[in-house]
Amino acid sequence: MFTAMLGEAWHAMGANRLRTFLTMLGMVIGVSAVVLMMAIGQGAEAAVKRSISAMGSNLFVVLSGPPTAGGARSATGNAPSLNVKDANAAAELDGVIGVAPVTMGKAQIVFGSNNWNTDIIGTTPSYLDIRGWSLSDGYAFSESDLRSATRVALIGKTIAQNIFGDNIDPIGKTIRIKQSPFVVLGVLDSKGQTLDGRDQDDTIIVPLTTAQRKLFGNQLPGSVRQIMVQAESDNTMTMVEEGLNSLLNQRHNIREGAESDFSVRNLTAIANSAAETTRTMSLLLGAIASVSLLVGGIGIMNIMLVSVTERTREIGIRMAIGARQRDILLQFLLEAIVISIVGCLIGIAIGVGGAIMVNTITKAEIIISVNSVAIAFGVAASIGVFFGFYPARKAARLNPIEALRYQ
Amino acid sequence: MQNSVIEVHQLYKDYQTAAGPFPVLKDVNLSIENGDYVAIMGHSGSGKSTFMNILGCLDKPSKGEYILDGHPVANMEQNAVAQVRNKTIGFVFQGFNLLARSSLLDNVALPLVYAGVDKAERHARAKLLLEKVGLAKYLNSRPNQISGGQQQRVAIARALVNKPRLILADEPTGNLDSTTSEEIMALFAELNQDGITIVLVTHEADIAEHASRQVRFLDGRIVQDTRTKEIGMTTTQPISEAI
Repeated sequence: MFTAMLGEAWHAMGANRLRTFLTMLGMVIGVSAVVLMMAIGQGAEAAVKRSISAMGSNLFVVLSGPPTAGGARSATGNAPSLNVKDANAAAELDGVIGVAPVTMGKAQIVFGSNNWNTDIIGTTPSYLDIRGWSLSDGYAFSESDLRSATRVALIGKTIAQNIFGDNIDPIGKTIRIKQSPFVVLGVLDSKGQTLDGRDQDDTIIVPLTTAQRKLFGNQLPGSVRQIMVQAESDNTMTMVEEGLNSLLNQRHNIREGAESDFSVRNLTAIANSAAETTRTMSLLLGAIASVSLLVGGIGIMNIMLVSVTERTREIGIRMAIGARQRDILLQFLLEAIVISIVGCLIGIAIGVGGAIMVNTITKAEIIISVNSVAIAFGVAASIGVFFGFYPARKAARLNPIEALRYQ
Repeated sequence: MQNSVIEVHQLYKDYQTAAGPFPVLKDVNLSIENGDYVAIMGHSGSGKSTFMNILGCLDKPSKGEYILDGHPVANMEQNAVAQVRNKTIGFVFQGFNLLARSSLLDNVALPLVYAGVDKAERHARAKLLLEKVGLAKYLNSRPNQISGGQQQRVAIARALVNKPRLILADEPTGNLDSTTSEEIMALFAELNQDGITIVLVTHEADIAEHASRQVRFLDGRIVQDTRTKEIGMTTTQPISEAI
């Protein structure tokens, strides 16, 4: 019975191929748009998530300043108000699992006939843990390198490529930073770009003490530009932030209500808001695509209504020879469902194909999840049922006599 | 077995018009016995087609009782009525009413789809009946590829496919020439001899003569009811010769 009806639905669709195709087209466009938009949106989301985890999780950065000189404020990070002792004290706070004082500057580096200008980060070995940064080659410097301020360096991928090229193994080679010789201990894993497009691999990491004493000099001994602090978990973030503020205010003798000479920034929150933005974008894209799915559904309803009117006489004949209301209902409903499901399958194929094409052309990341395809399929099938039901019910409720007389 | 297949008591039917209810059937009483062959005659507008539609459970009377095969139709629920149309009654229309897009085989087999018969048996029974009405060669043709007389024979095959006890034919020869009409009437006569009750609407006297009993409608009432042959006594040449 059911297979016979399915056959009839197929038959009816074949009877007016152009119309069936055009009806289906609405569904095809809607579904392929949803699949494609979801693939692009989820891809963007994943890319953002990856750059967040590249940054390290649950991070704060404490910046020195803003200093005030004669009423004019200069940029944060410029005044040497933070020092290593602040960092050590911060490490003792509840909920803090890692602290890395950081000083930084720009310097010219030279190897053989190549030279390069890059960011130098002077920090402690814990920096790599906090940032979740591992080495692709070699090994990291140790606490003893830090104590004795040895001239060792970890270089980023971009540096390795630009001053060593592909053929020279950088490990153990000596490069010159601001004329001083540094031995390359390791090459950092590639981290890609930050959210604002800065190349994180264009960096050299050296021991904090080395940077302070041998590269950048120091206004005050032990002072650092910033302190990176990692909280234990997402839940302890607020506690750690309050702890940092009160600790540093106390250490810097800042009175209540007075302006601090440092600022605590929640990097994770900033990154999360970027992730939130992409999520909103992909939701928006999905929503716009869904509108075309809705339009496709209305197209199906429109055509099914025309079809019911056109086939009124046929419905009358079927009723006269014993079709029940639910037989007629099922027949037209099946037709709508078959149209939307076939349209949906074609749409999925086009959407996936389009996503792959976008990936090949723009190199943008795409993710085609089983979920998004399943959702598109489910929604399309329910649209078939939803928009097919009214015309089918109209057909089923026809009066047999009037249907038979219909010309 | 029930002696009368159709019992109609004090049947009224009004149509709602802009000028108020318009009576089409007024106090119709009729009883048709099992195996009878009845011609219902009358001018157009006499109410004979409306009466036929009520007999076929396609339309409902405004008032009165219609008992089909011992069951009052008014008490039946919709699905039961659909089943009556499917199994108890076979319909033959003036305009044939075949499905243009389907093959003759599928057209004849269609009632069996609604009866829930499986595909192999549907096709076997439909094929047998198409052979019986002399159209074995055209199983896969479409209705528009054969003549009107042939189409009406397909319609009769379709009416018979679910082995009904009753055939209702509304002007079955109205669209056919006289030779073809004779062939169709011969087919009906043979069916009647097989024990199927036939009710036939016509306005042509010579067609009505084939029946055993003639009932004449005028202005919504039965004005004449004549029996010309005993039940089961219809005689005509065998169908094989007619075709």
